Amino acid sequence: MSEPVLSIRGLTIALPKGADRAYAVEDVSYDVERGEIMCVVGESGSGKSMAANALMGLLPKGVRPTAGEVIFDGQDLLTLTEKQHRKLRGLHIGMIFQEPMTALNPLMRVGAQIAEVFEAHGKYNGKERQAHALALLEEVGIPQPDKAIRAYPFQLSGGQRQRVMIAMALALEPKLLIADEPTTALDVTTQAQILELIRDLQKRRGMSVMFITHDFGVVAEVANRVCVMRYGQIVELGSAEEVLENPQHEYTRALIEAIPSNIIPEARGGERPAPLLEVKGLNKVFRSKGGLFKAAREVRALDDVSFSLAPGETVGIVGESGSGKSTLGRCVVRLERPDSGTLSLAGTDFTTLTGEELRRQRWRVQMIFQDPYASLNPRTRVGYAIAQGPMANGVTREQAMKQAGELLDLVGLGAVAVDRFPHEFSGGQRQRIGIARALALNPELIVADEAVSALDVSIQAQILELLEDLKQKLSLSLLFITHDLRVAAQICDYIIVMQHGRIVEQGTAEAVFLSPQEAYTRELLEAIPGRDHELESA
Amino acid sequence: MSFFARFAQNRGALIGLIILMTIILMALFAPFLYPDSPWRMVQRPFLAPMEVDGFLLGTDTMGRDVAAGIMHGAWVSLLIGLVSTAVALIIGVPLGAIAGYYGGLIDDGLMRFTEFFQTIPNFALAIVLVAIMQPSVTSIVLAIAIVSWPPVARLVRAEFMSLRHREYVEAARLVGQTNRTIILRQILPNTLSPIIVLASLMVATAILLESALSFLGLGDPNVMSWGYMIGAARTVIRQAWWLSFFPGLAILLTVLALNLVGEGLDDALNPKLSRER
Repeated sequence: MSEPVLSIRGLTIALPKGADRAYAVEDVSYDVERGEIMCVVGESGSGKSMAANALMGLLPKGVRPTAGEVIFDGQDLLTLTEKQHRKLRGLHIGMIFQEPMTALNPLMRVGAQIAEVFEAHGKYNGKERQAHALALLEEVGIPQPDKAIRAYPFQLSGGQRQRVMIAMALALEPKLLIADEPTTALDVTTQAQILELIRDLQKRRGMSVMFITHDFGVVAEVANRVCVMRYGQIVELGSAEEVLENPQHEYTRALIEAIPSNIIPEARGGERPAPLLEVKGLNKVFRSKGGLFKAAREVRALDDVSFSLAPGETVGIVGESGSGKSTLGRCVVRLERPDSGTLSLAGTDFTTLTGEELRRQRWRVQMIFQDPYASLNPRTRVGYAIAQGPMANGVTREQAMKQAGELLDLVGLGAVAVDRFPHEFSGGQRQRIGIARALALNPELIVADEAVSALDVSIQAQILELLEDLKQKLSLSLLFITHDLRVAAQICDYIIVMQHGRIVEQGTAEAVFLSPQEAYTRELLEAIPGRDHELESA
Repeated sequence: MSFFARFAQNRGALIGLIILMTIILMALFAPFLYPDSPWRMVQRPFLAPMEVDGFLLGTDTMGRDVAAGIMHGAWVSLLIGLVSTAVALIIGVPLGAIAGYYGGLIDDGLMRFTEFFQTIPNFALAIVLVAIMQPSVTSIVLAIAIVSWPPVARLVRAEFMSLRHREYVEAARLVGQTNRTIILRQILPNTLSPIIVLASLMVATAILLESALSFLGLGDPNVMSWGYMIGAARTVIRQAWWLSFFPGLAILLTVLALNLVGEGLDDALNPKLSRER
């Protein structure tokens, strides 16, 4: 084997005093060989991005490497000055970030931003820069590159923006490309395309890629070799086949198992009982007022949506961003008012309720929110946050607080959590609090809007397990909204696929996953990362 | 950890509190230490500080004791600062909260009303109000409150607008809490930090406004205030520096103390910061 492009030896990075551990990464060693994709995998806080940041000289203030070396091109990158680092960035090492919207300058045309990379390193003159930018845009597969070069970032979709970022990273033909969670903010189908592009470019240019991700599905798609990290240490290092097929360390095994797999839930026998929730011909249009110079805009968020949900059933609504799935959820809990159509819950028409009457009926449908950090009032103690619901519906304070303690016990936090503030809990624990709050009113229906999307896989698995458990115990009816088909497959009995505000396909989970009727559903299923791998091993 | 212990962890706040307590004590003990009216002429005019025993800060143009004026003035300045700020908050917070929470036409109406006050220069309006109502402590407090509530309403409205779509507020609506409970229990506590910081600055501005009014001769003629003292000393500032220096220093220290205390309160009230330290 030839000499590796990048070689990290015994790297230790100290965190400032008072952090939750002493070292961000501790004695980490791995190589990135010529022409391979090295995946660094780990959950949040595992230190997976730290090595990459260190070698790019992008460590935050107060965090510094204390031992080890990072050899690139015969040089130890940790000893470079800021000026030397700047020369290296872009020229020999390119980097792509997670959030393509914030990584691009919103007020600069795409072509100019790419040209700036050449300018920063004093390459070519004005005209040549534009020509090279165009060639790059073509290479990363942006449709109509001659138009895209003059576009502003906001005129491009998320996937296209990520392609522009890749074009910028590749502009100076670096030997090493660092990709830090490049597809995490993207829809599945777009993610599949970007992964394909990275693989393709890597082969064509023969460069090395250091790919940082939290998703084992993505690893299965792109990796040649894998490095699994936890708490700043390497847990397992090996070729992709070895690690995925035959993980040695129990943590790796746990992570791989935690990925919601394509195991289809068993079909429930018999007829669906009389529906609890019945939605008929629901429409919702968002209008933005036109101004002097802009036309009024209309977005059809829901277009003639009809479905039903039986008691004790879990119905999954899947779709990509902009499909209207969240709007549907918000209409069901009546945070939004649908324009037309009916929505009836056990015979009560929920669409026409307003004001005081609506407030009194609200307890019947509750919601679990997506963001565990935003869904709890930072100034309210957890117990009180849960007790507020029953108290608003006439239960006495003592009774409500007692019940809050019991609920916290039920979701696995223990009644002692009552007196603590939300910021003392981790994301997964906060989501449990959110679930307890939704349960507090003993609702007939719970809407979970991307309830596990913001969580690490292992935490995600625990929350799904909790929901499954609660479903059995309390015979909950659940409307489960998610963009992640793997999650939907795990928990839902019945699946509704949405696109552009319409229902594309609906049926039992088994039918939708095993014999999808519509092209769009098939496309979604094929885009699931790591799917091929699972099929092989199955 | 107790509230005070949390507050005391911010050293600046502790210093501010000590200064503020001193000023309050000064105001409380003024009638005992200087039982005579501060308006009484007690010595030869233009005595420099410490020139004659018993007149620590000298005497003014009419032979009145400067130290007595500062002690008695502390009470007026603090009273006007605190009460006018409280009145401004009582007007501004509910208006801003309602405008921000409900939005739409209510918001438009309330904000046009607020802008009506904002279009007139603060100080000019205060002068006019005091002149119409006759100078007295009450009219000065009212005038200052009336010119200083619009920024409060704007700030609270902006905070409410950004907070009302937070998930925890939506969760509160979903469990059937009334709008009143949501405004008071969910949103208002989270807007406290900027309100406290603004309020501490407002007390300071109010003291300065009162000084400016007194300087123009629109102070309450029956009470001695720091602003009056500076105003009266302006013609002799080159001969007798101490006449404007000491009241000026008193205003500076009070304003500084209030800002420090405001910052400390904000830190202590924030549950997140207090436990992390």
